Amino acid sequence: MHPDDSPIFLQLAAQIADDIVTGAYPEESAIPSATEYALFHTMNPATVSKGVNVLVEQGVLYKKRGIGMFVAAGARELLLTRRRAELYPNYIEPLMHEAAVLGIAPAELARMIHDQLTLQEDNS
Amino acid sequence: MTNAITIRSATRTYGRTRALDDVTFAVPEHSICGLLGRNGAGKTTIMSIIAGQDRESSGRVEVLGHTPFEHAATLSQISFVRDNQRYPDDYRLHHVLRIAPDFAPNWSAEVAGELVAAFRIPSKTQIKKLSRGQLSSVGIVLGLASRAPVTLLDEPYLGLDVTARGLFHQALIRDVESQPRTVLLSTHLIEESASLFDRVVIMDRGRVVVDSDSDDARQLAFVMSGTTDAVDRLVAGRPVLRRQRIGGLASVTVEGGADDGIRAQAAARGVQLAAASLQELVAAHGESEPEIVQEKAGVRA
Repeated sequence: MHPDDSPIFLQLAAQIADDIVTGAYPEESAIPSATEYALFHTMNPATVSKGVNVLVEQGVLYKKRGIGMFVAAGARELLLTRRRAELYPNYIEPLMHEAAVLGIAPAELARMIHDQLTLQEDNS
Repeated sequence: MTNAITIRSATRTYGRTRALDDVTFAVPEHSICGLLGRNGAGKTTIMSIIAGQDRESSGRVEVLGHTPFEHAATLSQISFVRDNQRYPDDYRLHHVLRIAPDFAPNWSAEVAGELVAAFRIPSKTQIKKLSRGQLSSVGIVLGLASRAPVTLLDEPYLGLDVTARGLFHQALIRDVESQPRTVLLSTHLIEESASLFDRVVIMDRGRVVVDSDSDDARQLAFVMSGTTDAVDRLVAGRPVLRRQRIGGLASVTVEGGADDGIRAQAAARGVQLAAASLQELVAAHGESEPEIVQEKAGVRA
């Protein structure tokens, strides 16, 4: 998602987004306060606010005055839509690039993916 | 945003030694600023001047809008804990804690009590007999419990164990949140404290080489690693901070941001490109010899 050399506030935003996608923070529930995040990650509270504001601007979080930050209704779907759009550039393109380097033909790559999916289905 | 500390072209000479050479930077109010660099870079000198305990030879230093030197109203707003803070010979912890409020109008006995307990500082031992780490703990207690609008911590970590360093970070974040203040902190433990800083100032040989927002500091240098030949070709004409070689491989820290052009070239030549961490940035600046870099660039051009 974000390479490690992205700024810390973006890494935090990405992590909170992840936690919303996995359901750790359900919609309409409060996320921890800036101070709690700052203490937990030993980071500057201003950096936390910057990261949280990224998600506020995206409509993922909203502020209840005097109470705290909440996960917006529809936030999970919003994040999932974005991650689906990122699947191609972040995973499929690098995979195809690596396959090309290794001399694996597209048809063989497709077969490998298919085999892996079948294997997972059998195991579940 | 107003600045709590403003330094303009400050120079400090001791005889023939130039400890500070045209130093200019500002620390915004209510920020935590990391002051980084090698030993002898001038960190303690500039802190002493900000604290009003020394005076610039030329230039201007303002703290909360005033020159701190011999300005009592400003000095009462500043807490400066030196790495080698001295205490009267027969002093024990309780003497220090009793006298500290006289110098710190915002002193919090509650914060002091909590920290003394958390750091497990022995109260019956003479201060001069404390270990290096325990002495650092006393300094941190003074620095944080003073709740001074401008808090200067010079190497607060010396000899401090890993648990105590964590405690210090937690206490700093918590207390700065409840009582906002401006903190200037010098340290060599960069990796551990990087995420605390809003701003970073890196000094080398008396000069400021980096003065940046923490987030932007990641775009100030990048590291390229790959075969010596490929790396050298990509580096040509760019300001090199540091070179390392092993076998036929090279790793070079380049000053500046990595643009899309060099990213594409690096990918095409199988050269790894990564943003330099704050620690790498400080190390690279500490190693760089500007004259040599210029010479090499000249040869290539």
